Amino acid sequence: MKKKWQHLLRFLPLVALMALLSACGKEGVSALKPMGDEAHEEAKLMILSIAIMVIVVLVVGIIFTYVVIKFRKRKNQEEYIPRQVEGSAVLEVIWTVIPIILLAILAVPTVAKTFSVSDTTSKSVKKDALVINVTANQFWWEFEYPDQKIVTGEEVVIPKGQDVIFKLTSKDTTHAFWVPALGGKVDVNPGQTTQLKLEADKEGTYSGRCAELCGASHALMYFNVKAVSKADFKSWVSEMKAGPSDPTSVSAKQGQELFKNNCMSCHAVGNKDAGIAPNLTNFADRQNIAGFLDHNKKNLEKWIWDPQAEKPGATMPKRGANNNLSKDQIQQIADYLFTLSVKQ
Amino acid sequence: MTTSAITVREEKQGFLPWLWMWLTTVDHKKIGILYLCGAGLFFLIGGIEAILIRIQLSVPQNDFLVGSTYNQVMTMHGTTMIFLAAMPAIFALLNAVVPLQIGARDVAFPFLNALGFWLFFLGGLILNVSWFLGGAPDGGWTAYAPLSTEFLGSGMDFYILGLQVAGAGTLMGGINFLVTIINMRAPGMTFMRMPLFTWTALITSALILFAFPALTVGLFFELFDKVFGANFFNSVNGGNGVIWEHIFWIFGHPEVYILILPAFGVISEVVPTFAKKRLFGYTSMVFATVLIGFLAFMVWVHHMFTVGLGPMANSLFAIATMAIAIPTGMKIFNWMFTMWGGQVHYTTANLFAVGFIPTFVLGGVTGVMLAVPAADFQYHDSYFVVAHFHYVIVGGVVFGLLAGLFYWWPKMFGKFLNEKLGKVTFWFFFFGFHVTFFPQHFLGLMGMPRRYFTYLKGDGLATGNMISSLGAIGMAIAIILLLINIVMTTANGKKAKGDAWGFGRTLEWSIPSPAPEYNFAQTPLVKGIDPLWKAKMEGSHKVTPAEPLGDIHMPSSSILPFLMSLALTVASFGFIYADQSGTALNAGSLIFAGIGVALLFLMMLIHSLKDDHGYHIHKHEIIEAEREAE
Repeated sequence: MKKKWQHLLRFLPLVALMALLSACGKEGVSALKPMGDEAHEEAKLMILSIAIMVIVVLVVGIIFTYVVIKFRKRKNQEEYIPRQVEGSAVLEVIWTVIPIILLAILAVPTVAKTFSVSDTTSKSVKKDALVINVTANQFWWEFEYPDQKIVTGEEVVIPKGQDVIFKLTSKDTTHAFWVPALGGKVDVNPGQTTQLKLEADKEGTYSGRCAELCGASHALMYFNVKAVSKADFKSWVSEMKAGPSDPTSVSAKQGQELFKNNCMSCHAVGNKDAGIAPNLTNFADRQNIAGFLDHNKKNLEKWIWDPQAEKPGATMPKRGANNNLSKDQIQQIADYLFTLSVKQ
Repeated sequence: MTTSAITVREEKQGFLPWLWMWLTTVDHKKIGILYLCGAGLFFLIGGIEAILIRIQLSVPQNDFLVGSTYNQVMTMHGTTMIFLAAMPAIFALLNAVVPLQIGARDVAFPFLNALGFWLFFLGGLILNVSWFLGGAPDGGWTAYAPLSTEFLGSGMDFYILGLQVAGAGTLMGGINFLVTIINMRAPGMTFMRMPLFTWTALITSALILFAFPALTVGLFFELFDKVFGANFFNSVNGGNGVIWEHIFWIFGHPEVYILILPAFGVISEVVPTFAKKRLFGYTSMVFATVLIGFLAFMVWVHHMFTVGLGPMANSLFAIATMAIAIPTGMKIFNWMFTMWGGQVHYTTANLFAVGFIPTFVLGGVTGVMLAVPAADFQYHDSYFVVAHFHYVIVGGVVFGLLAGLFYWWPKMFGKFLNEKLGKVTFWFFFFGFHVTFFPQHFLGLMGMPRRYFTYLKGDGLATGNMISSLGAIGMAIAIILLLINIVMTTANGKKAKGDAWGFGRTLEWSIPSPAPEYNFAQTPLVKGIDPLWKAKMEGSHKVTPAEPLGDIHMPSSSILPFLMSLALTVASFGFIYADQSGTALNAGSLIFAGIGVALLFLMMLIHSLKDDHGYHIHKHEIIEAEREAE
């Protein structure tokens, strides 16, 4: 028993460091609470590098503290002339070689993990992976499932415990795709396709965001990653294909008409890629409006009335720009949009 | 052209002659002061922008600065601090110190030196007037394309042309110091006897020579994309924005070392001086400096690990980046062992130099962490990076510059800054800095991306941001105290002797404070490292001269550098207003730009044809001036 206990003791600093770091941030948002394969691997590398760096900081810190206190000028020493030391070959070799060793310890897993985390093309990865095409726009995200032939926006649904390969491109300028709790980011460049592999351990919602300056509302270009069980994912796909059922209430029916006449030139409902604005097929099932606003009718009405007030530079025209919807009509549209659910 | 020296050096009364003197000066010491004033002005502007940023981010979903307005402030903060505050502050010290340290009477090209300053200053003004002319640049200090070339307003034109003009000045300054240090060292000052600050100045100048042309070319590409509809970075027409990222960082990474190396140099002067001990491991310090300069060009991709260049490229650049930690570590240990066994005097200058060491170590270790690509996928473009580069640029460069400022202030102005007030300044700055930036490491890992004008209430980022904003107040107080100190001591400061601190080691302390316009009455003969210290230890208080006292030849002052810079400014505004983003070219503006360029060539012609042999300061005047100084 004693032996085992001693063995564990050696890892105590590392465990303490991990505990300290993982106390930081909100679950589903923070990279310090990793919830997926890639995030775990990356967190391990972080912990290793932090541990090495803590050693460096401690060694320097101890020598530094000793030197600045011990060798300070004291009273009545005005005439003292210290010995003019040129240097020391032994010491200089020591503090050249030890960092080299520390860096070598860090470099080996660095290279290994850099290859494994970036691997989206090997056969073993591709075999079971779900592919999702992502298109970034100022300032929203479109998600297309090429094998399932469905399209959605602002919220991407993935099966838990399965590798997902995101193939990303941009319609306008450079963006970056980042879901801190699931793993690192990759840039989304216009005219190119980059790839990112992520996996989620548990069901739940993970917050995603744009991480490359892309214009006025860069800071509001959020999206959600919703991980569900594999069975739920399967049924979600078929429900998405079937589309939402028609609205029943009078107000929502009127809203549907208004939507067709005013909004459908940019937004799509059903498995079409309108390409100009987010597809709204399962709008009512999502957790945020425009990627970040709380999901309620009041916010939706505010958004339709004046999108730029919520998200500067958003391309959706505000009321009065090319529509003259009344407050009541906007309410009806909101009623309709909140019927757009594919849940059965 | 043998204007009598007496008439030149006699103080002319009145504002206009005073202004004319500053506009036309080619004296490196005066240009150093000009650089310092310019850097100080822009540092205050950049500092105010920093405070605005911290106000906006102090609470979640704040609406003080939203969207593009925030992006403008954020972009101008970064651009101003790097190009218009840190760079000229470095040139201020280079000008004030390097010729004195190598025993030279001026820089190699005094005219070019003045031209470099005026280009920097007017370039900075071009950038900053954008606030009043349709909005400041808002594409980040990195100006990534195609965002900057296709998706933003006219602000980016001011960025492109302002930096083009200021950058030309920097390039001239770099070449000037390269030639000065190689050619104008006093007899006996071999390369391996050069003070370390001069060594870092040499390597920094070499980095400028190789790095800035990349920026110049890149900015021309962006200018052509914007004004003439070229497609360098337009992917729809076959261009590629990633090319800009490469060009920018091939410049941008060496730029970071252009800033930090002279700061290393300052620490390597201040720490030995105030420990009364020679620099530990001088040879390895020189070697480390050269190695860092060399590696600076091989690591730019670590700014681009997430671009999608693939694991092979990422791994190679990761190893190269880690390698930089080795020479940097050597420096840290050498500084600590310089103090070991010494007698450390905690003057304000030395407080900043000593405070630099642990602060820079923290910035350095996060640098190594960022070199790990797989982990960097998480760190990249998050507040972790913001924390890292503020640790190296504020904790490193600014600490170094402030140490240098307090150290060489008496040499530049002949008066000390107030030490008591200086020490209070240090402690406010030191704690303010760490409180501001340490929490940002965690904010980044907790999911806060860089360049966000706000963050959501429920994301758990509020506490860290509030602490960070409070810390900024400490830094602001420190800077206000520094300003008070400067005003107070300028009016009524303690006068400084030649060897102002009493234990100067290098040549600049062997001449009066402030240095006379000819610097050295007789060029010194250098017999080893730390020549003044050596002379003092041998019981003499003068470094042996290498020549008899005689007339000294000086360059004439000239208004042409200022006018040439003005002409380029005119041209810049022509190009700025030629950008009609998409519509037909604005011929009127282009003609205006052409006039500016024509004026520039005219003045170059005048300068080439005008015969100017400078003037002489006569022996008897030197004897008189030297006697007065004692």
